[in-house]
Amino acid sequence: MPDGAVPVLDVRGLKTIFRTRSGEVHAVNNVSFHLQPGELLGVVGESGSGKSVTMMSLLGLLPSPPADVRGGEVWLGGRDILKIGVDGLRDVRGAKVGFVFQDPMTSLNPVFTVGNQIMEPLIRHKGMTKAQARIRAAELLELVGIPDAAARLKSYPHQFSGGMRQRVMIAIALACDPDVLIADEPTTALDVTIQAQILELVRDLRTKLGMAIIWITHDLGVIAGIADRVMVMYAGQVVEQAPVAQLFARPQHPYTRALLKTIPKLGGQREARLQVIEGQPPLMTAEPGACAFRARCTHALDRCATENPQRRSLDGAPVGHGHDVACHWESPDA
Amino acid sequence: MRDLTAAGTRPLVQVRDLKVHFPIHTGVFRRHTGDVKAVDGVSFDIMAGETLGLVGESGCGKSTVGRALIRLYDPTAGSVVIDGTDIATLDAESLRRIRPTMQMVFQDPQASLNPRLKLAEIIGEPLLEHTAMDADARLKRVHELMDAVGLNRRFANRFSHEFSGGQRQRIGIARALALNPRFIVCDEPIAALDVSIQAQVVNLLEDLQAQFGLTYLFISHDLSMVRHIADRVAVMYLGRIAELSPRDALYANPLHPYARALLSAVPEADPAREATRRRIILKGDVPSPANPPKGCTFCTRCPQVIDICHSQRPVLTEVEPGRHVACHLFNSPTAGSTGSAEVTEPNQQGVSK
Ligand SMILES: Nc1ncnc2c1ncn2[C@@H]1O[C@H](COP(=O)(O)OP(=O)(O)OP(=O)(O)O)[C@@H](O)[C@H]1O
Ligand SMILES: Nc1ncnc2c1ncn2[C@@H]1O[C@H](COP(=O)(O)OP(=O)(O)OP(=O)(O)O)[C@@H](O)[C@H]1O
Ligand SMILES: [Mg+2]
Ligand SMILES: [Mg+2]
Repeated sequence: MPDGAVPVLDVRGLKTIFRTRSGEVHAVNNVSFHLQPGELLGVVGESGSGKSVTMMSLLGLLPSPPADVRGGEVWLGGRDILKIGVDGLRDVRGAKVGFVFQDPMTSLNPVFTVGNQIMEPLIRHKGMTKAQARIRAAELLELVGIPDAAARLKSYPHQFSGGMRQRVMIAIALACDPDVLIADEPTTALDVTIQAQILELVRDLRTKLGMAIIWITHDLGVIAGIADRVMVMYAGQVVEQAPVAQLFARPQHPYTRALLKTIPKLGGQREARLQVIEGQPPLMTAEPGACAFRARCTHALDRCATENPQRRSLDGAPVGHGHDVACHWESPDA
Repeated sequence: MRDLTAAGTRPLVQVRDLKVHFPIHTGVFRRHTGDVKAVDGVSFDIMAGETLGLVGESGCGKSTVGRALIRLYDPTAGSVVIDGTDIATLDAESLRRIRPTMQMVFQDPQASLNPRLKLAEIIGEPLLEHTAMDADARLKRVHELMDAVGLNRRFANRFSHEFSGGQRQRIGIARALALNPRFIVCDEPIAALDVSIQAQVVNLLEDLQAQFGLTYLFISHDLSMVRHIADRVAVMYLGRIAELSPRDALYANPLHPYARALLSAVPEADPAREATRRRIILKGDVPSPANPPKGCTFCTRCPQVIDICHSQRPVLTEVEPGRHVACHLFNSPTAGSTGSAEVTEPNQQGVSK
């Protein structure tokens, strides 16, 4: 990670709520993170912890109402993209940020050919002619490992397998040479052997294209294999962030520690019994005034009930640049 | 926790050459033009008290095996003997009588629970259907079951949508336990749950097994979890079993090339190991079970394919004590033997770690 370099993406104090019939849902609470050029940031967290809503908020993809992106700044290419309006955001999404979502079947349009869908952003954002776009589209399909690419441009999404559709999504996301690729559970629906193909592709593309990537997943194995840095979310907040080796070797937040212990191992000593995290995540109906994890926490202190812990550095580096945690408890192995 | 010696050595379930084909009808006359060979000749035993893990890629036939085992699907051919009775050919009335002894826990707890029924009614439904219990006896039994799976008795009058995913899966398990089954097919019971909840459900399944001596077929695509819970593991590929081995032997040294590739593809939550692991990246996709390749069904993707694989179907054979492999590298039919001399061969020429 080239430290000190200007981040390609810098998110500060992002806040998103949903207004629902049963009241407000505070889905994203004061989330800050940044992404260095060429870096892969892994994002993990319990289901409902705000991973997807965070990324959708900064891309302006949430319908409002019910969503309300209430605060924060998202710096990309020298501009705060939360302030540039709908049209500006659409250009940013097409040209500067590519994204891939979990289910490739719902993200691809079934009535257009694969080639059409890859060419569209090239024509719109890069000003290419149809002929130029077709050549580039074939190159992109080849890049993501689809054999006989030029001929496959005429295929429709349903004629591709799940793994191939996910490759097409990646090709579309890469079409305009984005600075940032955001991938939200892109391999969750795929088989492990197909997932391994896609992860190999991403490793390869990173070295070739030097793109910065945000990779959301619930699979800590995937994170261990591809991330440089990891951000752990809980109840709409960043509770820990660290370089990948550090996070697995010395997790600090009680949630991260518990999470790493609940998953069984593939090799080595087989665990007699799995550790569990008792209880359930909070409903997030109001701005957090206390630690959101305290009811499930084995280290909770009195303070945790009255004061929401702020992120603090554990290694002297400024928060966001090294290992930081949002927890009042000080673990003995910090 | 348990090992094979703790689990029984008497087979409770014996499956022989099980086939489940789904007919494909095409054209205006809906003519029968082919078959999806979802399960195409599968044989294995499950010992009493054992957990057999069943793994393999999407569409390889895991759920179909599970459903055929308890006659939710009618097998096309083969036998399924459970505790001495061949249920594959049983008539409806006899089937109804033995149905309580075999149950299923499904992947999506929400979809398998009736949203209009209260919790006590959902869990009590099988009792109403299969026993002569009166309302009081039923409620007593429902309470026992709720205790067994760790659901607070005060929840008895709530509806299923008021529960979390993990709690709903407990409801599904309680319901499956209602009639004192001996054999339970768990079809991806944790796939829809958050990581932090998965461990709770798996621990519960293990506790219940110890308490009631249950026998499980545990279907999952999570190979780490299967290593945790299963005694032996069957690896399926395109409707057939590629390898069936004791857990520790399989994870330490998978023999079938597909089992090797599958295990090498599983990401491990350990950055140091991930950085150094050798991965076998398979080319291409799983072929369609409506039109499987001739010979070995894995021949189109196998990194160690040889000539014979394109023409002859390998037979599942015991190549080491307790280890069954369907691969020509291990049992060349020309040699006519399955002696251990050939077993070392693929390790020399192969992609061993
Ligand atoms: N349209 C909506 N209306 C109300 N609440 C919503 C809406 N969309 C999301 N939420 C809530 O926002 C919170 C964050 O959701 P989000 O989808 O970001 O979670 P996630 O971390 O991506 O979870 P998962 O791992 O399940 O994908 C959740 O509590 C969710 O219920
Ligand atoms: N009722 C059915 N009618 C026709 N084809 C079916 C039916 N059920 C399953 N199949 C087909 O049989 C094959 C095996 O399906 P099955 O559901 O057993 O796979 P699986 O291994 O459980 O996959 P997954 O991991 O996705 O659950 C698939 O090709 C599927 O499309
Ligand atoms: Mg999400
Ligand atoms: Mg299935």
